[in-house]
Amino acid sequence: MSFKPEILWTDALVYVLVAVIVIFAWQVRRHEHLLASWRRVGHSASGMAALTILVFFIVIGLLDTIHLRPAIENGNGGSETAYGVEVLSLLDLLATPLRMQVETTYSAPFATHLYARETVELPGGGQVREFPRLKFGGAHLQDPEAQLAGDIAIRAGTGAGFALLLWFLITASVTAIVAHRRGEKFVFTLSTIWRGITPVPWRAVFVTLALVLLLGGAALALCGDYHILGTDKVGQDVFYQSLKSIRTGLLIGTLTTLMMLPFALLLGVAAGYFRGWVDDLIQYLYTTLSSIPGVLLIAATVLMIQVYMETHPELFDTIAARADLRLLFLCIILGVTSWTGLCRLLRGETLKLREMEYIQAAHAFGVSHWRIISRHIIPNVMHIVLITTVMDFSGLVLAEAVLSYVGVGVDPSTISFGTMINAARLEMAREPMVWWALFAAFSFMFALVLSANLFADAVQNAFDPRMKTLSALSGTWRRKSIGKNA
Amino acid sequence: MSSVLEIKNLETVLHSEPRPVWAVDGLTLQILKGETFALLGESGCGKSITALSIMRLLPEAGEIMGGSVCLGDQDLLLLPETAMRNVRGKRIGMIFQEPMLSLNPVMTVAQQIGEVLQRHFDLRGQAVEKRIVQILDQVGIPDAANRMNEYPFQFSGGMKQRMMIAMALAGEPELLIADEPTTALDVTIQAQVLELMRGLQQQGGMAILLITHDLGVASEMAHRVGIMYAGEIVEMASREAFFRGPAHPYSRKLLAALPGRDRRRQGHRLDAIRGNVPSLSREFVGCRFADRCDHAWELCHQVAPGWTALTGEQQVRCHLFDQNSGSRIVKPPVSGQTAAPATLDAESREFESSPAAGAEQSAPDGSLLSVTDLKVYFPIHKGLMRRVAGYVKAVDGISLRIDRGTTLALVGESGCGKTTAGKAMLQLIPPTAGNVRYNGVELVGLERHRLRSLRSEFQLIFQDPYSSLNPRMRIVDIIEEGMNALGIKDGGKEHEEKKVDRLLESVGLPAETKWRYPHEFSGGQRQRIAIARALAVNPKLIVCDEPTSALDVSVQAQILNLLRELQRNLGLAYLFITHNISVVEYIADEIAVMYLGRIVERGMVDEVLDSPRHPYTQALLSAVPVIELESKRKVIRLHGDLPSPANPPQGCHFHPRCSHVMPVCRKNYPAASIFSSTHTAHCYLYPQDEEQSDRKTQA
Repeated sequence: MSFKPEILWTDALVYVLVAVIVIFAWQVRRHEHLLASWRRVGHSASGMAALTILVFFIVIGLLDTIHLRPAIENGNGGSETAYGVEVLSLLDLLATPLRMQVETTYSAPFATHLYARETVELPGGGQVREFPRLKFGGAHLQDPEAQLAGDIAIRAGTGAGFALLLWFLITASVTAIVAHRRGEKFVFTLSTIWRGITPVPWRAVFVTLALVLLLGGAALALCGDYHILGTDKVGQDVFYQSLKSIRTGLLIGTLTTLMMLPFALLLGVAAGYFRGWVDDLIQYLYTTLSSIPGVLLIAATVLMIQVYMETHPELFDTIAARADLRLLFLCIILGVTSWTGLCRLLRGETLKLREMEYIQAAHAFGVSHWRIISRHIIPNVMHIVLITTVMDFSGLVLAEAVLSYVGVGVDPSTISFGTMINAARLEMAREPMVWWALFAAFSFMFALVLSANLFADAVQNAFDPRMKTLSALSGTWRRKSIGKNA
Repeated sequence: MSSVLEIKNLETVLHSEPRPVWAVDGLTLQILKGETFALLGESGCGKSITALSIMRLLPEAGEIMGGSVCLGDQDLLLLPETAMRNVRGKRIGMIFQEPMLSLNPVMTVAQQIGEVLQRHFDLRGQAVEKRIVQILDQVGIPDAANRMNEYPFQFSGGMKQRMMIAMALAGEPELLIADEPTTALDVTIQAQVLELMRGLQQQGGMAILLITHDLGVASEMAHRVGIMYAGEIVEMASREAFFRGPAHPYSRKLLAALPGRDRRRQGHRLDAIRGNVPSLSREFVGCRFADRCDHAWELCHQVAPGWTALTGEQQVRCHLFDQNSGSRIVKPPVSGQTAAPATLDAESREFESSPAAGAEQSAPDGSLLSVTDLKVYFPIHKGLMRRVAGYVKAVDGISLRIDRGTTLALVGESGCGKTTAGKAMLQLIPPTAGNVRYNGVELVGLERHRLRSLRSEFQLIFQDPYSSLNPRMRIVDIIEEGMNALGIKDGGKEHEEKKVDRLLESVGLPAETKWRYPHEFSGGQRQRIAIARALAVNPKLIVCDEPTSALDVSVQAQILNLLRELQRNLGLAYLFITHNISVVEYIADEIAVMYLGRIVERGMVDEVLDSPRHPYTQALLSAVPVIELESKRKVIRLHGDLPSPANPPQGCHFHPRCSHVMPVCRKNYPAASIFSSTHTAHCYLYPQDEEQSDRKTQA
């Protein structure tokens, strides 16, 4: 099957972001003082466990970012291949069964029948109102009532078994690498990991990995033949929607930061460094901006863009491109309204730094302002930038959910946690209740935000010089003290 | 007399990455009633941790691992925390180093002292107030009944330290722990506070544990002295015995490292101790000082020395005294053996032959830098429209001259404007008025790019070696920054790297250190790097802004040696800004004494120090603590503090604190009185220079 790669606006920015992160990581490897802080992040058990979960989210998000348009197989065999209007991501292709297996309406998780009665024509004439069998969910079962539990158990068991195998492989290879690096025997390293006395908390990582893999393995094995999180009003698989929402959440969290960083960094540092009228101007700017209610500004902008897009449909070849642009504008407007906090922090820090004696020494050498800012000030405020961006991430993911719920968020065709919640809210009042859509959105968002927060805590602890943690009461001095007291 | 405090084998550990630090390791001492015991040593030797261990106020990471601390007959380490609270503030009082940080800014003084009285004496209402007034009178706060309801910010630094003492005294303690009580204060204020502490001790008979790094303060205050090194006491002696003949090689080195005029006259280098205090996280085998000791032999590296009693009053922990106990080795301390191999080889002498050098370019009067009537005023903005309501006259018309290859010391208390003056001379702060001529070129109002081309001629070394190097830059980048910014490029990249190596070697650091980051170096090493950075652009003049005041005595000696050596070899001129008179005595050729933005006395170092004319100079010099066994000098007490430079007193700035004040002093600022071609002072006690006073009255 031939296809044409499609790079949407947000995709391009994600690629830029990945490149920036790779360059940053390379820089960190070269600089001992940066590496030391990151090592402290690596020594935090909760941080590393959270990172393990985040990696899964990020991989899913990245898979969902690589977009392409498959060719349409048309009969005429012309010289030109036509490409479909539907833009698909790698994730969509991998999850084709999930995407295509659409029921008619709601069905509960692991159900074999619809959640609503329908009038069914009997073969011998006549009609009956009953819960019809699902077209895909559990369609392979002859006698659903009797076989369902057993079939689920077997499939889940097989999936978990494969996951366990994979886990053993990963654990063994990581242990081997660690052992090789430290020049120890494999078994010795394994036992230190098992007792949890390695500097990098591998035990926590492995335990988290085991949990995630077991859950993921079982889910993968089941999702082909069941709707493991049920289906929504139009019969779409909720599990698939949850997976698709991850990218939207990650994008809002990261791209917004990318948008606000230039403002915050340049304006904050300039205000603190130059003082005087520059400082006054920038202060008035952000004071004004932060006194306008954020939601109001966002709603106004989003509505304006919406109108513009609707009146100019010719600008977009596909629905995806349109939805994507709207997402990008949402990131931009969120960024514009949220740079003031960081800017204020950076201004304060720069005010402190500019009085430092090494800045004065640079003045005494006649170093230009631009060089002082780029070489002396910005590297010394980077820890604040890092802490703030990581801390802001989870807040932005939640903000997206709220905005989409209110209706000024992403395009309705974009699947996001906010749109999922919005769609599910009316059904909460229904009897019997449709709970799974909300549950799915909630648990995915919870896992993402919690792990982001835990990771942010670890980063903050490692980079904030005032929060230097004490070492746990380690064995060496205990021994000495016992010896002395005896 | 009975002992108030008895510490036996105290061991305190700070749990830190990557290994625990044995900050105090087997410390034993006792303090008698009415006695002052001075615990002396360099920073990082565990002095403050000892004090905190006694109070059981260790930071979270600290833990007392063993030993006993007996106050009277009660072991404090066995008390429960609730009982300990009855001891703190009641039986033991403590004074901290930083009076600005030790008082709560949102509570009045009366509230803070009252807290102690309520807690320990259960006093209420009138009784509390009466007692507070009594205590404040005792520590010499004028108008105590009114001032007790003021907040800490309404008091000056010296007053705040008195408040701290008042709070410590409120519980009528048996033992007062003073942790560097005067380090943050100026010498004149220090003299006041020390006198107060002495007086209070004589009245109340309490014991004082004085923690200090200043040998002068110890010699003035202490009855007995303990020298602490790397977590243990290495020598204990009575004050007389110690200052007459210190026994331990470390003690002798400490005394020999003190700068002073005698050493300069003898042309000696200062006797610096090589290396640094060892990290206390390692295990020690043998004597802890062995690595830095000139007399160490194999035994010192293998066996830790025990106590040897020399006389009844002097004990020492050193193998030198083991074999023939009591007999002191008479070998004088070997001088000239220092860590700084600051000998510049022939190759590095090329700094000297840089184009700007040579007499042919010098100004007609031969001076390198001449400053006339320099003024720096900072506007005070008030109100909504930020209109200028007044000026802080930080520098108010100073004139001075520095000749090639000489050192001018600018001396004064903190807040007198000496740092501002130094920065204004280098055009880092724009001067309000006046002229600064460098080599005949007027610097004030020079265009930015022309000034930049002159920047390499004059450089700056700062006080705090921790904030003067960018923590995010490697040493090589730090040193090359100046060269790149000023476009000093002789040869390619390789040549530049070689130059960095040579610079580092010339300040006594190995060349491979250039790839490291500042945090890997100690304070003294950082100061060397800062000096190398300044030297990188071949300056002719260096403004040294208190370059040694953040350093320990032994490291200070290393840096002073280095600066003198560089001056000799490269012909540098220094403007040395300091408040430390003994450093001035050692390094300066000329002195200018500054008071509230003006220079009150100027002259050659011998003229000013031997026969100070201005009452302020006299008071300043008399307040410096000195080590002498028979205290014969009289401290001239100055009343009050430095007035605010925003509102200097009418007439002579010094008249409110002067003991010789005359009516004329309150009216006009005195003109210069000339004593010799180099020595002048501004005081009405001496005949005025006619010509100048005419001009003054006209103006």
